[in-house]
Amino acid sequence: MLLTITARFRPATDLGYLLHKHPDRVQSFAQAHGTAHVFYPEAGPEACTAALLLEVDPDRLRRARPHAGAASFALASYVNDRPYAASSLMSVAIGDVFRTALKGRCDARPDLAAAALPLTLSLPAVPCRGGADEARALFEPLGWRVEAEPVPLDEGLPGWGDAHYIGLTLTGERRLSEALSHLYVLLPVMDGAKHYWVADDEVDKLLRNAGGWLAGHPERPRITSRYLARRRHLARQASARLDALGALEDLPEHEPPERPPEEEAREREPTLADRRAGAVLSALKAEGARTVLDLGCGAGALVRRLLDDAAFTRVAGADPSADAVAAAHRRLRTDRMSERESARLELFCASAVHRDPRLRGYDAAVLMEVVEHLDPWRLPALEHVVFGDAAPRTVVVTTPNAEYNVHYPGLAQGRMRHPDHRFEWTRAAFAAWAERVAAEHGYRVRLLPVGPEDTATGPPTQMGVFTR
Amino acid sequence: MSSERVLRVPDAGLVLLVGVSGSGKSTTAARWFRPTQVVSSDACRAAVSDDENDLAATGDAFEVLNAIVGKRLQRRLLTVVDATNVQKDSRARLVRIAKEHDLPAAAIVLDVPEGTANRRNAERTDRDLPPRVVARQRRELRRDLKRMDREGFRRVHVLRGEEEIAAARVVPERSWNDKRDLTGPFDVIGDVHGCRAELEELLDVLGYGIERDAQGRAVGARHPEGRTAVFVGDLVDRGPDSPGVLRLAMGMVEAGDALCVSGNHEAKLVRALKGRNVKRSHGLAETLEQLDAEDEGFGARVLEFCDGLVSHYLLDGGRLVVAHAGLKESYHGRSSGRVRSFALYGDTSGETDEYGLPVRHDWAAEYRGRAAVVYGHVPTTEAEWVNNTLCLDTGCVFGGRLTALRYPERETVAVGAHATWYEPTRPLRPQAPAPGPAAPGVVEAPAPGAAVDTAHGRVRVPEANALAALEVMSRYAADPRWLLYLPPTMAPAPTSADPALLERPQEAFERYRSEGVDRVVCQEKHMGSRAVAVVCRDAGAAARRFVPGAPGAVYTRTGRPFFADPAAEKEVLEELRAGLTAAGAWERLGTDWVALDGEMLPWSAKAEGLIREQYAAVGAAARAALPAAAAALDRAAGRGLDLGGLPGRVAAAREDTEAFSAVYRRYTWPTEGAAGLRYAPFAVLAAEGAVFTGRDHLWHMRFTEALAEHCPLVRTTRYLVVDATDPDAVAGAVRWWEGLTAAGGEGMVVKPFAGAEAAGAKGLAQPGLKVRGPEYLRIVYGPGYLRPERLAGLRDRRLGRKSSLALREHRLGLEALARHARGEPLDRVHAPVFGVLALESEPVDPRL
Repeated sequence: MLLTITARFRPATDLGYLLHKHPDRVQSFAQAHGTAHVFYPEAGPEACTAALLLEVDPDRLRRARPHAGAASFALASYVNDRPYAASSLMSVAIGDVFRTALKGRCDARPDLAAAALPLTLSLPAVPCRGGADEARALFEPLGWRVEAEPVPLDEGLPGWGDAHYIGLTLTGERRLSEALSHLYVLLPVMDGAKHYWVADDEVDKLLRNAGGWLAGHPERPRITSRYLARRRHLARQASARLDALGALEDLPEHEPPERPPEEEAREREPTLADRRAGAVLSALKAEGARTVLDLGCGAGALVRRLLDDAAFTRVAGADPSADAVAAAHRRLRTDRMSERESARLELFCASAVHRDPRLRGYDAAVLMEVVEHLDPWRLPALEHVVFGDAAPRTVVVTTPNAEYNVHYPGLAQGRMRHPDHRFEWTRAAFAAWAERVAAEHGYRVRLLPVGPEDTATGPPTQMGVFTR
Repeated sequence: MSSERVLRVPDAGLVLLVGVSGSGKSTTAARWFRPTQVVSSDACRAAVSDDENDLAATGDAFEVLNAIVGKRLQRRLLTVVDATNVQKDSRARLVRIAKEHDLPAAAIVLDVPEGTANRRNAERTDRDLPPRVVARQRRELRRDLKRMDREGFRRVHVLRGEEEIAAARVVPERSWNDKRDLTGPFDVIGDVHGCRAELEELLDVLGYGIERDAQGRAVGARHPEGRTAVFVGDLVDRGPDSPGVLRLAMGMVEAGDALCVSGNHEAKLVRALKGRNVKRSHGLAETLEQLDAEDEGFGARVLEFCDGLVSHYLLDGGRLVVAHAGLKESYHGRSSGRVRSFALYGDTSGETDEYGLPVRHDWAAEYRGRAAVVYGHVPTTEAEWVNNTLCLDTGCVFGGRLTALRYPERETVAVGAHATWYEPTRPLRPQAPAPGPAAPGVVEAPAPGAAVDTAHGRVRVPEANALAALEVMSRYAADPRWLLYLPPTMAPAPTSADPALLERPQEAFERYRSEGVDRVVCQEKHMGSRAVAVVCRDAGAAARRFVPGAPGAVYTRTGRPFFADPAAEKEVLEELRAGLTAAGAWERLGTDWVALDGEMLPWSAKAEGLIREQYAAVGAAARAALPAAAAALDRAAGRGLDLGGLPGRVAAAREDTEAFSAVYRRYTWPTEGAAGLRYAPFAVLAAEGAVFTGRDHLWHMRFTEALAEHCPLVRTTRYLVVDATDPDAVAGAVRWWEGLTAAGGEGMVVKPFAGAEAAGAKGLAQPGLKVRGPEYLRIVYGPGYLRPERLAGLRDRRLGRKSSLALREHRLGLEALARHARGEPLDRVHAPVFGVLALESEPVDPRL
């Protein structure tokens, strides 16, 4: 909530002209979420410091965005760091209070506005999960000397380490308008969040304020993506327009999206998800299944492929998450599906650990990448529901092969491919489970590899085809 | 001709009015039945087409009509179909619907002359019905009239001419099995099979006085308190004195001292006595020999008695069903061939086992009905309740025992056989599997939009909430076998009248007083994480009642395992088990497991991530930013600038954030596994066969105190009993609360002294109201909420929704515990537990 700008040129008090704020006055500006005050803690000919102190009114902030903040923390709109940390609220205040300075206009001292000046910008609490390294990566290419002090979490809680804030001081010789634009754009980038809804005009704001320096910035993809709240179509627009500014050469196309390693794996090996679905489809066809239930269908990727194949006369997708089922409806565009096609399709909420008559009566059930999302002690319930109660003629189960994980460089030793995976089986563990389940429920099982098979570790995905 | 004619129709079943157009069916129906009982084809035609004469809509109209008829019969309602019904096919279709619902059908034929019908039709302006149509209808009707009684109707009443119709009166008659008006008390007696001496002994033990004839033969028995005996059938065959048993039972039934349903052996005896060709096996030959030795006329009396036996009875308002071989819920109070054969022979598929006896499907394992079903037929070693059903056949004739059930006391009384009168074809074996599904921890998917009936009223669970709960339950919850309860949410006290506070004790007392709850207990509120602990004394208890191979479970208020690390859970359970043993709790409660509800401390044990990311982070940002701001303001002030109230506000914010940090620090201390944890139980929920929600809070507090003496993990809760009507006591309680909160406590919870089942003027009372301290509330409303300008805007709190939610969840929680204690199947226990979780997904103000 505090920004100080110190100028060290002579006479330093000319900073007042550049900022359009008189050094001897205290001025306040109403903001949407509080009040911004500008005053000068020092105003000498050698050094002059302007302070922008943003007083955030938590009640107004809450009324504007009642549901802001982490979804996991219901009280986020009451208990949050916004009144203290320098976030997008500070950016907005800069853009408002120092609007003319940000544009680089100064009718009284045009030469000063156009000149690189010795400046020090200081912010005591900047939310920055990337820490000092990230601050340096963002500001050093712009010509700043960066001091980033870690902020301790709580001296009352010894051993809890540092908070995700830094005390940031930037020193360098830049035009004031540039300095302000750097903060304006990069504060929300460091924070990774904005207090307002990012609409299409956000691209214009970015181009207006960073057009002069962003195109050549080595962190451009990250800055673009985060500034635009990770909305990919906006990032693409911005990138195209920056390219058109003509100031770039060999820059990476996009920031790699921040996603769990499994997704990453799919990106690199785009055929694994396809191959898995393909393997499941061939297994189903080989067993002559005409009616298929996809348990844990998620957004319906496999359901789509099943529907596309006329061999399957009835296709059902079930998922315990109502959101997933809604997403499947959207993705499969059930609202504009032909009657003939929708007659073949059912989507409903159901879990594989609850006995449910709706799961009965299919030729085959598919558990594609599902079992590893259940705690091991819940598997007996799944076994009963799928193999004992629904008991289709064919059950196809796919699950990751833990041995293959060494081929994912992004995956630390012993880590799993997805944060929600409760376990990942080796080939031997999967075989033991599959054979026991088959024996207990009167099935035969065949185990098949899916994906490129490595001689030492086997395939990335393993599949069991149970038949009775 | 003018004499009144009584038309008997089933009070639960189908009545067809049969007559040509214009025969006066609708008019007559309106005279005989309530409008809602009559389903008219004309009305259905109008409902689907806006025109009751639109013959093109007839197909659709009858689809609607059939659906209404089916639903009404499913609900056991008298249903009258007002349509011409002159065609055999249309009658057959309706009779089939009645049969599908195992209810009788009756027909009332209105046979009016063609002239009358045509005259009436001509008077109607809305319908142009040519006389040839009526003539055709009448031809069809007359053709079928004679044989209509063979179309599956229990009764066919034919009324000829308007006068007969005008003079007739309809009397709904109850089905023979409907004895819901009899409320007992009853003594239900198992399969006697000719064991007269044992029966006399059992009746004596039950307190019946036996009446004897001149020859000293028992011919009746009466209970001095007017109890009614109910025989489950199979009085005869195999045993030494079937005629003696019949004489006694017939006497009791005739005198109104007993009811008797038919067993399969009575049914076979009837066929034999009627001279049919039956195989005289399974002791029938002996019975017939014994009967031959009786006086003349006795055989005829037996035939009449046995032939008149109903296959099942619905008793005590429908809460008790007695049938020889049991009865699934959808057959209760119904009558049809298949209902009768289920009641007599059980759920058979026609296959036989290695002993040549019919294979019976285990209907009781799947029974989920509300009515208790008491039956016999399958000899077992022990009479045990399974899913609210009880088999009383303990094989007396095979040398076992003759068993009776006292109802509603639900106690069994048995006498031993005097001899092994008959060698069993196969050895007696214990009653089939334990309650619940055969598979471990599998519950039925909850029906969407279902409601749960609790002892304190029905609680509706909205479908969207149920869907949210399904995901949580299936992906994150502990094994459902442990989840015998989920705690309800708790409402805060109404907002304080003192403008400087949001909550204070006075409003909580006032609220309870206004509900008629005068005596309350204040309990110190611990700031930690809610934890329900199910502790088993030994492996046997866990295997019998919960999950084999586990020592117990600790789970959160949303049913998730409390500990991510199973070793920590084990350690905590072991400490609790040792403490309970040392405190003698197992003996005192007469149990080998116990479920506790309490708070696990510290808060940081479970909420470290939350404290780090949401609370400590805010403190850190404030401590970094505010001193810097204050320093900048100082320097500016030093320059002589007029900063107005700004420095004061920044200084105040520093105080607020320091006070804020002090709150969460207090609930944070290091733990490692179970080391460092404290558990503060405030309620003993349940133990074997018992719930303790009816005990007052003093009992629960003392239990914890006794446990704490033997268990270092356990922390006691400070409390104060308060008479909310006594101003001095209230003032004392306010000081007590101020002391607690000034020392850094979260606050307190005010509960009705009488315990969780306490009732006020409006029924079940709120189980507790929390009164949180002003400092504590900083971590809810934000660091600076106590500043007067902020507080004013926060005082408008909508508590109604939270209170209502708390009460609904409380009802569900109590119901789950009660069902668990009664040994009901997992599905039934899980339904209210699931309901609590579902309701918890309801959006409410998180600050409350």
